[in-house]
Amino acid sequence: MQSVSSYVLSATGIDKIFPGARALNGVDFSLARGEVHALLGENGAGKSTLIKCLTGAYRRDGGRILLDGVDVDPHNTLEAQKLGIGTVYQEVNLLANLTVAENLFLGRQPRRFGLVDARAMNKQARALLSEYDLDIDVTAELSAFSVAVQQVIAIARAVDLSGKVLILDEPTASLDTHEVAMLFRIVRRLKERGLGIIFITHFLEQVYEISDRITVLRNGQLVGTRETAALPRRELIAMMLGRELVQEVGEAKHSETKAPGEARFRFRSFGRKGHIQPFDLDVASGEVVGIAGLLGSGRTETAEILFGAERADSGTAQADGRTLDLSSPRAAIREKFGFCPEDRKVDGIVGDLSVRENIVLALQARRGWARPISRSEQDRLADHYIKALDIRTSDREKPIRLLSGGNQQKAILARWLATNPEFLILDEPTRGIDVGAHAEIIRLIETLCENGMSLIVISSELEELVAYSSRVLVLRDRAHVAELTGEEVTTNAIIEAIASAHEGRPA
Amino acid sequence: MTGTLKAYAVRLFPQVAALAIILFMVSLAFPGFFKLSFQNDRLYGSLIDILNRGAPVALLAIGMTVVIATKGIDLSVGAVMAICGAVAAASITAGHSLAFTLAVTISTGILCGLWNGVLVAVLDIQPIIATLVLMVAGRGIAQLITEGAILTFNHPGLIFIGSGSLFGLPMPVIIWLGFGLIVALLVRRTALGMLIEAVGVNRRASRLSGVSTGVLLIAAYMLSGLCAALAGIIAAADIRGADANNAGLWLELDAILAVVVGGTSLLGGRFSIAASLLGAMIIQSINTGILLSGFPPEFNLIIKAAIIVLILVIQSPRAQSAFIWLSRARATEPTKGQEAK
Amino acid sequence: MNPRYLPLTATVAIFLIAYAVCIAQYPNMLSTRVIGNLLTDNAFLGIAAVGMTFVILSGGIDLSIGAVIAFTGVFLAVLLQSTAIHPLVAFALALIITTAFGAIMGAIIHHLEMPPFIVTLAGMFLARGMAFVLSIDSIPIKHPFYTTLKSFYYVLPGGGRLTLIGGLMLVVFLVGILIAHRTRFGADVYALGGGTATARLMGVPIGRTTILIYALSGFLAGLSGIVFSLYTSAGYSLATVGVELDAIAAVVIGGTLLTGGSGFVAGTLIGILIQGLIQTYITFDGSLSSWWTKILIGLLLFAFILLQKALILLSDRKRRHA
Repeated sequence: MQSVSSYVLSATGIDKIFPGARALNGVDFSLARGEVHALLGENGAGKSTLIKCLTGAYRRDGGRILLDGVDVDPHNTLEAQKLGIGTVYQEVNLLANLTVAENLFLGRQPRRFGLVDARAMNKQARALLSEYDLDIDVTAELSAFSVAVQQVIAIARAVDLSGKVLILDEPTASLDTHEVAMLFRIVRRLKERGLGIIFITHFLEQVYEISDRITVLRNGQLVGTRETAALPRRELIAMMLGRELVQEVGEAKHSETKAPGEARFRFRSFGRKGHIQPFDLDVASGEVVGIAGLLGSGRTETAEILFGAERADSGTAQADGRTLDLSSPRAAIREKFGFCPEDRKVDGIVGDLSVRENIVLALQARRGWARPISRSEQDRLADHYIKALDIRTSDREKPIRLLSGGNQQKAILARWLATNPEFLILDEPTRGIDVGAHAEIIRLIETLCENGMSLIVISSELEELVAYSSRVLVLRDRAHVAELTGEEVTTNAIIEAIASAHEGRPA
Repeated sequence: MTGTLKAYAVRLFPQVAALAIILFMVSLAFPGFFKLSFQNDRLYGSLIDILNRGAPVALLAIGMTVVIATKGIDLSVGAVMAICGAVAAASITAGHSLAFTLAVTISTGILCGLWNGVLVAVLDIQPIIATLVLMVAGRGIAQLITEGAILTFNHPGLIFIGSGSLFGLPMPVIIWLGFGLIVALLVRRTALGMLIEAVGVNRRASRLSGVSTGVLLIAAYMLSGLCAALAGIIAAADIRGADANNAGLWLELDAILAVVVGGTSLLGGRFSIAASLLGAMIIQSINTGILLSGFPPEFNLIIKAAIIVLILVIQSPRAQSAFIWLSRARATEPTKGQEAK
Repeated sequence: MNPRYLPLTATVAIFLIAYAVCIAQYPNMLSTRVIGNLLTDNAFLGIAAVGMTFVILSGGIDLSIGAVIAFTGVFLAVLLQSTAIHPLVAFALALIITTAFGAIMGAIIHHLEMPPFIVTLAGMFLARGMAFVLSIDSIPIKHPFYTTLKSFYYVLPGGGRLTLIGGLMLVVFLVGILIAHRTRFGADVYALGGGTATARLMGVPIGRTTILIYALSGFLAGLSGIVFSLYTSAGYSLATVGVELDAIAAVVIGGTLLTGGSGFVAGTLIGILIQGLIQTYITFDGSLSSWWTKILIGLLLFAFILLQKALILLSDRKRRHA
């Protein structure tokens, strides 16, 4: 272990357990003064959980946090802020309806005769922002400014309030190149001032541009911490997506390589401005097409547009030569499409309704309200899928929100299987669920495929994709950049495709 | 089938018990309370009176239940009652037939509901704000129709709806019981009930499952408008005139209260029309009980306030999490309500 | 122009245009007499609406104010009729009760995490019920002090009178503007309306602010009750039914966002004046009926809700394409 004094922040053995899931498992993390430390990992890897444990938003279940060599245990973000740990989130956590100056000084406005001295406050605000080369009207509402400027204001506030550690959670997600450059100038300056900066992002170029060290988390565990300069890009992607390159050789894949039949579903220059660039896609019956790419590459957007959750504004969709109507989820369902969304809680489950009702919901919606599925038929369907998919629930009338994540996921799958779909889109079907359920869902995908269903599976688990996909599309920056077929489908090739796509980007 | 019956019994038990206790307490203060007599082809008695007086709130509660189940609220029903009463009175005094009058009035109510529904579902305005518009303007519109006066009528057919009787029961009772039964059957014998609950619990997930969320929302507000129209007709027929200022005044609040007493959460989802109707009867029993037992009627509102506070405490997320914590401590099986992000 | 000022600008423009139309038809309406009466007649509503502005700015709603005004009136009337205490003491008592009443509602809203709508609905029933319990009759107030207070007025050039209560309303608005824009509490109110979760992250004391907001609304409703009793010289438990709706309408027409976080106390004054102007016009006209007030206010309400919805959509779109 390094000497205490060189690290401004050091966390060891951090555990965080949620009911039904272990979000962090003995994670170590350290941050030196004047260091930019990138924290990487896919969704659900535990990045935000770790940050929340550091900032007191969550209480950790185990481990130590040392700040300047002293044990700290912040109970909430305010306390962490006072201790010296400030955070800036992607969704700027300032109030858009207040002025810039009010945002900077909320709760500590300078006062004269008991009243807020707006003139002094605005003057101080201008002085504070001038350190960041920001010369703006501080009396204007925050919402009048671009996200980039809002980010800088949030950073100014966080540094002014805390001043030891600055956590930047996806600060560049909605910034353009020019704005990112501006932000990085500021980050470098803060680094020179001796702040420790934790930088979370999914843009690898930015990681290499700004960070000194990289820590990768995966499934709540520490994969490793490396010097940025000594970590090749390919290796980093492998760390994030979970396959060591050395293991790559002799991958026994597609033993009986299914030769997919003729394309049944054809999408031509299908796309939507601001979501995903137009792409072509063919899917045959009984074929699984995998979609790979890093977070933010346009994976979910591809799924949403295929299902009509976001309406395509270009291109055509056909099945067996017939044009499909995919203008809304309802229309897509009528075309025998199904979609298991990534965010189960928000987009998937109807929490207060029973497992049975959640299973029959899509089928009932397609039949229309006037043709109810009889109760005995509902019971039969529910029991059938509870048994077939091994959904662990005390009974089918239990509200679905009380089930564990994996069982909720299986119930959502059951919801779509009950509609007998011909084209099923699964967005991260195995995320955040335990190992047993994981394997069952993969088996299920294979069975469905054998039964002639066309599947699109989005996953950040590359071994999984390789195991069941006959083709894999690789996405980057909201565009389809590569397609791997047959023998080409290996984790190595996917990583290669993602990495080369990144390297191919004009700097 | 017995399972379903048992589920109903469990669901309705608190309301039935509360109603029984209230009726029992009133009967202590007023001995002749349960006495029923049969005169002029009609039952008379305090119980019948409660059923009769409670008709408007009961009708409003039917529509309100469905609206609240979608995570909405309809503040305009009192004003819509006034509009519909005015329309009915204006139409009948203009010499139109009863059938035409009823058709026009009911259409008016449904139209008002359509307006609210479009604001909520299409323009995506918060229900409480969207329905406020009609709540504010509605009485003005009603007065416009009645031209400020209490528009009286003496069409026997229309009056019959307010004070006539059928099968030994007053017409208003027949109407709310019948309509309540129709709506309850409609939502439970078709898939409507489940789809409405799904929309109320998670509108996004429901849309992604192919539920026509917009149509359902609009339909819920239209049903609420229809209920307000029926209540408005009864209220007008009862006093043989349309009083734009006072018809349905504050009844939206009573209707919301009835739904809340009936155990439907203001946060949407699971609903029971029968329970809301029982809630309406509980409110009316308190009103009537206070009158009969000689308490000054002034206490009525204070008791209502006390009931709301009590239900608030029981329904509050804090109290519920305490309850869940208690039951979790008892059961060993862990409830996996929360998920790692 | 800053879109924040658009609703307020629209309000002022509507008021000026409406007033110009009124004057064009009835030149008499351009007199300090009319303006003085406008202030006097709407004094109680204006004072209560200041409290409602704070509540709505914070993202809440207070349905109880009409009932609290009536309660205060009855409370004063009963107290002055049956005891010999000085009205000023009675005023103080009334204000203490109504402020505490508001604070308790705020505490319930915060601690039980229940929607303000239903909590203040219970408050409305309770306050109205208490008024009924005190008396169901309209009780006249004949205390000489009331006569004294009503005799205070400032004669405006042109013969109009700025009465004590009209002036008090203007003072309340001034103080309200000061609190909203020149105190930490004011900033906290806006912060709450901007988003409770974010406000909490930024260190706003949510509980204290919520309780203070509803206490302020209770206090101003009590003050409004005192003004109303001065205005009518009576206390009646059935008075001021639905005043909360008029107040909400004034706040929204005054350009405050009903979902909270954006608006001006000064706008509410214009909202009150617009409502008063419609009534005055109808009185001047003589042939128009009073119900047009409600319909017009409903239409204005609708127009402002649409305007604000459009502004939100516009700013969202701008942000997405930024």
